[in-house]
Amino acid sequence: MSEENKSAIMMPKADDLILSSSPHIHSDVNVRKIMLKVILALVPALIASVIFFGWDAVRVIVITALSAVVAEGLWLWLAKRPLTPLRDLSALLTGLLLAMNLPSNASWWICVVGGFLAIWVGKQVFGGLGHNIFNPALVARVALLIALPAAMTTWTPTGGLLEKNMRLPSGENVSITTVAESEAPAVISCATPLGEAAELKRTPNGAATFAPITEKSDYVKYFLGERLGSLGETSCLALLIGGIALMFMKLIKWQIPIFFIATVAVFTAIVHLCAPAMTPPPLFHLLTGGLLLGAFFMATDMVTSPMTTGGCILFGVGCGVITCVIRIWGGYPEGVSFSILLMNALVPLIDRLFQLRPFGYVRKRA
Amino acid sequence: MSERVIPPKPLSFPGGIHPAKDGKGLTEHKAVEKAPLLEDYVVLVSQNVGAPPKVTVKKGDAVKKGDILAEAGGFVSAALHSPTSGVITDIGEAPGPMGVNVPAIFIKADGLDEWSDKLPAGLNWREASADELKSRIASSGIVGMGGAAFPTHVKLSPPPDKKIDCVILNGAECEPYLTADHRLMVETPERVLAGAAIMGKILGVENIAIGVELNKPDAIAALEARAQEYGVKIVGLKVQYPQGSEKQLIYAITGRCVPTGGLPMDAGCVVQNVATAAAIYDAVAEGHPLIERVVTITGDIVVNPGNYLVRIGTPVIKLVEWASGVKSEPRKLILGGPMMGFAQKSYNVPVSKNTSGVLLLGGAEIIQYESSSCIRCGMCVRGCPMHLSPGPLSMLIENEKFDLAGQNHVMDCLECGACAYACPAHRPLVQHMRRAKAEIRRAGKK
Repeated sequence: MSEENKSAIMMPKADDLILSSSPHIHSDVNVRKIMLKVILALVPALIASVIFFGWDAVRVIVITALSAVVAEGLWLWLAKRPLTPLRDLSALLTGLLLAMNLPSNASWWICVVGGFLAIWVGKQVFGGLGHNIFNPALVARVALLIALPAAMTTWTPTGGLLEKNMRLPSGENVSITTVAESEAPAVISCATPLGEAAELKRTPNGAATFAPITEKSDYVKYFLGERLGSLGETSCLALLIGGIALMFMKLIKWQIPIFFIATVAVFTAIVHLCAPAMTPPPLFHLLTGGLLLGAFFMATDMVTSPMTTGGCILFGVGCGVITCVIRIWGGYPEGVSFSILLMNALVPLIDRLFQLRPFGYVRKRA
Repeated sequence: MSERVIPPKPLSFPGGIHPAKDGKGLTEHKAVEKAPLLEDYVVLVSQNVGAPPKVTVKKGDAVKKGDILAEAGGFVSAALHSPTSGVITDIGEAPGPMGVNVPAIFIKADGLDEWSDKLPAGLNWREASADELKSRIASSGIVGMGGAAFPTHVKLSPPPDKKIDCVILNGAECEPYLTADHRLMVETPERVLAGAAIMGKILGVENIAIGVELNKPDAIAALEARAQEYGVKIVGLKVQYPQGSEKQLIYAITGRCVPTGGLPMDAGCVVQNVATAAAIYDAVAEGHPLIERVVTITGDIVVNPGNYLVRIGTPVIKLVEWASGVKSEPRKLILGGPMMGFAQKSYNVPVSKNTSGVLLLGGAEIIQYESSSCIRCGMCVRGCPMHLSPGPLSMLIENEKFDLAGQNHVMDCLECGACAYACPAHRPLVQHMRRAKAEIRRAGKK
C-alpha cells in the first residue's frame, strides 16, 4: 500500500478498547421481549373477555394491571432499589394474568388488593423476578379466593352475557334482561359450568346426572367462551390461539400444557367411565374452568416451572392429577390454581430428580 | 460404543445454538492474499500449550527464514522458527494475547526473505516411515491452529493402550465471522487432504474424515473433488455452534461420546484442525516449518475485510492497515471469533500460530448489557452442548458454592459461550463457569 493511501485511511486509536469475557456477540432476546411476547399471546383472551363481559372486563383488567405495576414501583422505591426492573414488563404481565383470574364483577378494591398481593407477597418478598417460588398471579388469586370466598365466587353476568340465556340456580333457563325487570342484575348470581356440575352431583341420576350441562350446544358455548367464569378463562378458542403461539415461539415448554391437559382428559375419562354420576365427561373438563388458561399461561411461567424436559412432563402430569382430584372429590369446584401452586412448591425437587447428565457422562464405579 | 464409524449423512450433536448473524459473508468469498513483507516482526516465545520453548538465539544474531529461534522445552512443547531473514534486535517482552506482557523475540527483517539452508529436504509422504513423518512434524513447530495450540506431534503419539481408529479433521469453522479455514479448504484442498492422509499414515488409521459445515458448499466440493485419491471422506455437518468443538465433532461424525473428563483418544479419535493439516503437509513435503498462516481480518466496521496469509509475529495493527482501516472507531479488538475469542487491549499484539482471526467490533455491535436475575427460561440448558445447566450453576457460583458446582459437572464446561449468547437476562455465564473451574483447580492443588 502506498504512503498516500495510508494517510487517507482511518486507523483505530488504541486507548479505550473494552476488555470483556467471551462471547462477544449476543442473541437479541431479552427478558422484556419475552414478557412482551407472552402479553401479546394473551391479547386474544383479553379481547374475548371484553366481548363476553363488556366494559366490566376492561375495568377489571386496567385496575388490576395498573395496581400490579404501581405495587412493583412502590416496592422498589421503598426498598431504595433502582426502578429498572419495571422495564422488563413482568409486573404488567402478572397484573394481566391476575385480571384473567378474577370475576368480571370484582370490585375495584379487590383488583387493587390482588395486584399488591401478587407483586409484594407473590414476588418481591422472595427477591423479585426469578426468585419467587410460586406463580405470583396465582398467589394473589388463591389468597383472594380463601379470604373473600363470596366475592370471588359470585358470578354475575355482565356485558354481552346479560343478553344471553343463563341458567339460574333454580334451574330455570332465562335471559337475564327479562329477570332484571323485577330484580336488579347485581343480586343475580349464576354458577360457572363447574359450579353447576358440583350442584348436579348432589342429586345423582345415573348416566343422566350431567345431561343438562353437556348438550352439544353447551360445548360450543364453552369453547367459544359464552359462559360464566373468570375473565380470561372462558374462551377456549382465544386461549388456544395464544397458547399455540407461545409453543411455536418456544416461549413455553410444550410438555407442560400438553401433559397437563392430557392428564386431565385421561383421568376424568376413566372416572367418568367407571362412575358416570361422579363427574362429567372429559370434554366438559377440558373446556370449562380455568384449565386452558392455567395450562398455557399459569403453569408455564418460566420462573416457577422445571427446566428439564422430564421435569416438565412430571410437572404437567402432577398438575393434571391434582386438578382432577380437587374437581372430583374436593371441596372447591375448580382445582387448577391449587394444583399449579402445589406443583410450584415441588419444582426444586423435580429439578433435582431430573438433573441432566453431561454429554459423555460415565457413571463412576464405586 | 456405536458401531457406526462414518455415517453418510450430515449430522450434528444435541444442543447448541445458531447465531442469527454469522458475519461470514464479509470475507467468505475473499481469496487469501499474501501479506507484504514487514520490517519488524515480534515472535512470542510461548505459542503452545505445555512447556514454553527455550530461546536459542541472542540479540544481534543474524537469522534466515525458517531458522530455529527456540527449541521445544520438553515433549509437550513446540519449536519456534524465524518468520523471515534478518537480525534479532531484542529479546524482551511484548503484549500477549491474554492481556499481559510475555517474552518475545524482536526481529528486524533484511528484506531479502531468504530461506535457511539448514532446512530439511522435502519427503515423499507416501514412502516415508511413520516415525520420520512424526519427527518432521515435531521439529517443524506445528501446534493446533484452530485455537488450542496443543503440540500436534503429542496428539499423534497416543499411549499404546489407546486404540485409535479414526482421524477427524475439523473444517467446521463454526465460529461466526471467521473464514480462514474455509478459504484454505477452497483454495488448497490438496494440502489439507495430504495432511490428513499423513496423519492417517502416522497413526496407522484408514478411517479419515473431514467434517465441514454445510454453509461451505464450495469447500466441500473442492475437497470432495480430490478426496478419493487421498482416501479421505468428507462429511457435511449441520450449521450449529459449536459444531467444531472436538467432542461434538466426534459425536456428529462417529456417533461416539468422549467420556467426561476424557480426551478424543478415549473415543478412538484424533482431531486436528484443517489448517494444522495444511501445515503438516508443508512441513513434510516442502520441509517448511510453521511460520505463516491464514488469518481473517473482519468486522462490519472494517473497510475491506479479507483473508491474509501472514507471517507469525505480524502485529495485528498491520492487518487492520492492509484491510484499509476502519469506518468508525472499534470498541473491541478480538483475537479469534466472537464466541470464544479473547478481547485485546493493544493493537500491537502479534499473530500467533493459533490466531485464526482478528475481529473488530464497534458501534451497534457492542452493547454493554446489564445482567439481571435468572428467570429459569432454560435457553442456556437447551443451548449447552455439554448438557449442563448453566443458569442454576451460575447461581451456585454467585453464592461461591464451588463444591456444589463441581458436583454439577462445571468442569465439563467447554466455555463455548452458547449459554451466555442465548441468555435473555444477559448473565455472564461463561465468566461464572471460568471462575468456578479456576477455584476448583486451585482447591485441587492444595
